[in-house]
Amino acid sequence: MTTNALTSKSSTSGRMGDKIFSGAALAAGILILVTLFAVAVFLLIQALPTFFADPAEVSGGQGFFTYIWPIVVGTVIAAAIALLIATPVGLGVALFISHFAPRKVAGPLGYVIDLLAAIPSVIYGAWGYMVLAPTLVPGFEWLSKNLGFIPLFEGPASQTGKTMLTAGIVLAVMVLPIITSLSREIFLQTPKLHEEAALALGATRWEMIKTAVIPFARPGIISAVMLGLGRALGETMAVALVLSTGNLIPSLIKTGNQTIAAEIALNFPEAFGLRLSELIAAGLVLFLITLLVNIIARGIISRHKEFSGAN
Amino acid sequence: MSATTTNPRHSTGGTPVPPARKRNSLAKGKLPKWAIWAVAAGAIIIGAAASTLTGFNIAAFAIYSAIIFLVAATIITTVVEGKRRGTNAMWTYLIYACFIVALIPLASVLYTVLEKGLPGINSHFLFSSMNGVTGAVDNQSVNDGAPVVGGAYHAVMGTLLITLWATLISVPVGMLTAVYLVEYGQGKTLSKAITFFVDVMTGIPSIVAGLFAAAFFGLVLGPSARMGIVAAVALSVLMIPTVVRSTEEMLKIVPNELREASYALGVRRWRTILKVVVPTAISGIASGVTLAIARVIGETAPILVTAGIASNINLNVFANWMSTLPTFIYYQILTPTSPTNTDPSVQRAWAAALLLILMVMALNLLARLVASIFAPKKGR
Repeated sequence: MTTNALTSKSSTSGRMGDKIFSGAALAAGILILVTLFAVAVFLLIQALPTFFADPAEVSGGQGFFTYIWPIVVGTVIAAAIALLIATPVGLGVALFISHFAPRKVAGPLGYVIDLLAAIPSVIYGAWGYMVLAPTLVPGFEWLSKNLGFIPLFEGPASQTGKTMLTAGIVLAVMVLPIITSLSREIFLQTPKLHEEAALALGATRWEMIKTAVIPFARPGIISAVMLGLGRALGETMAVALVLSTGNLIPSLIKTGNQTIAAEIALNFPEAFGLRLSELIAAGLVLFLITLLVNIIARGIISRHKEFSGAN
Repeated sequence: MSATTTNPRHSTGGTPVPPARKRNSLAKGKLPKWAIWAVAAGAIIIGAAASTLTGFNIAAFAIYSAIIFLVAATIITTVVEGKRRGTNAMWTYLIYACFIVALIPLASVLYTVLEKGLPGINSHFLFSSMNGVTGAVDNQSVNDGAPVVGGAYHAVMGTLLITLWATLISVPVGMLTAVYLVEYGQGKTLSKAITFFVDVMTGIPSIVAGLFAAAFFGLVLGPSARMGIVAAVALSVLMIPTVVRSTEEMLKIVPNELREASYALGVRRWRTILKVVVPTAISGIASGVTLAIARVIGETAPILVTAGIASNINLNVFANWMSTLPTFIYYQILTPTSPTNTDPSVQRAWAAALLLILMVMALNLLARLVASIFAPKKGR
């Protein structure tokens, strides 16, 4: 009798609990999907006035496309410089930690590189603004003197050092830990037997890496670089602080160029009306670009899921 | 073993061929250990000489020495040990160089923050705001040598409050989502979609998250709605995916036997999750949440577009503009309080940067500590 009453009581309250709890969990999951959808929708709603505005009223006076095009190119240039520097260095560091460093120090070294990722972006920006930019000025002068015939290094070099190249280098420092930690994970997952087989056949350490580790890790490396690209495209503070902005120019060592994220950060606090919706439209463009890059990167990872622990 | 001894090719074939005297590439001479150090010393000396010719500076010296060392070591190894070992040596030194190059910015950033930040840290900086500190005050402190006034108390409080609210929003949502993914949604299309979009969300640029919150609250409350809670919502958009990922990883490694034992005792599913699964994984979850907090506490861009900037203390996240440490640093550098004498602003900015780095490092350490303290007890 008592037992019966107990079970029936606990089972009704338990059933309710089960329903409430699973419902809450489901709701939280759906909330995330809704949020991502809402990000796109709200940005679109707020950005709409820009697309239908009189082209003469948009900044630059020639419509939204003419306004956004130079800063999209600027964003891509900054990200490209960052990746050109960070990819080889990042892969080198990952290889160093996974295959070259003594086993005892490899773990702490990985932690040190992760520290790079923990430093807030505004501090990198401040560092680029106050330390890196002045340091690079002689280098820029050398570039403009000796390689000035290439449009990329056309002089006269900026005297403050606040140029696209500086911003790209700061971005490279920020992207480096992402590329390093993801590719290190994958390098460590190379089957030990493949490595030992290569060594047993008389391969040197580099030949072992070239024949066993790199082919195994290639999809992982590609997606690590893509994720780094996503970060470099969307990074705001480093560019906003380091770059002294201007029109789109080919030279990387002169004052000029602009990226989407920095354009928003620099102008949003004072913006209102059409300018506000212009900046939100720019944010929408940035969102779509990074979304595309991330979807491609995640696609590569999930297609090679059996290889990587980076997902 | 047996394969080689019974191999007929070796046992037949008449008289054994005497081994050739010619040494193959594997047995070639090796460089003595000191040789590479000698090359390094030589490279440093020649590098110093070369950089003196073009006007000495430390960067040119390091670059010249490194290049000379790389080329010389590769050539010497190639000559003595053969081409393959030469290539190996070159790549080995290149990879070592990558690591050193990666450490330079880290060391430089930490050194700069310590060097420029320490002089600015004092009780005045920690416990007063920028209220009433104008360009004239800064000019006076530069001209008369008076101590720099104005502090970051308002920004510290803003950082703590906004991060607290962001945590309050993200942790329940993130943990419940992870519970759904692991306990309820296994194999369902919805859970696959959530996993995919959580991954995609990880890559949302922080400024876009800020714009989203600004656009959303702008539609609801009017175009210039900037306050702490808007920033907290923006930060949770960045924080939720991190919480989901780390919680999911932790719930996945809880052994199924624990769940089954609980079900076998007649315990309901939700009580099993709350009393068995989550407590087992709590150490990992807690450290994941701490790392997520460390990630968002340093975000600048979303705060910039959602909470504005304030120079006075505002402890109410539901009204008026607020400052946080990152935006404080940003504005002190970009728009110094006194345009002619920027030193006090720069000093305040670096002091705030030091404070921020200490907070982030403390959170990272705390995460490791939490992971070990709350780790499930093993055995009896």
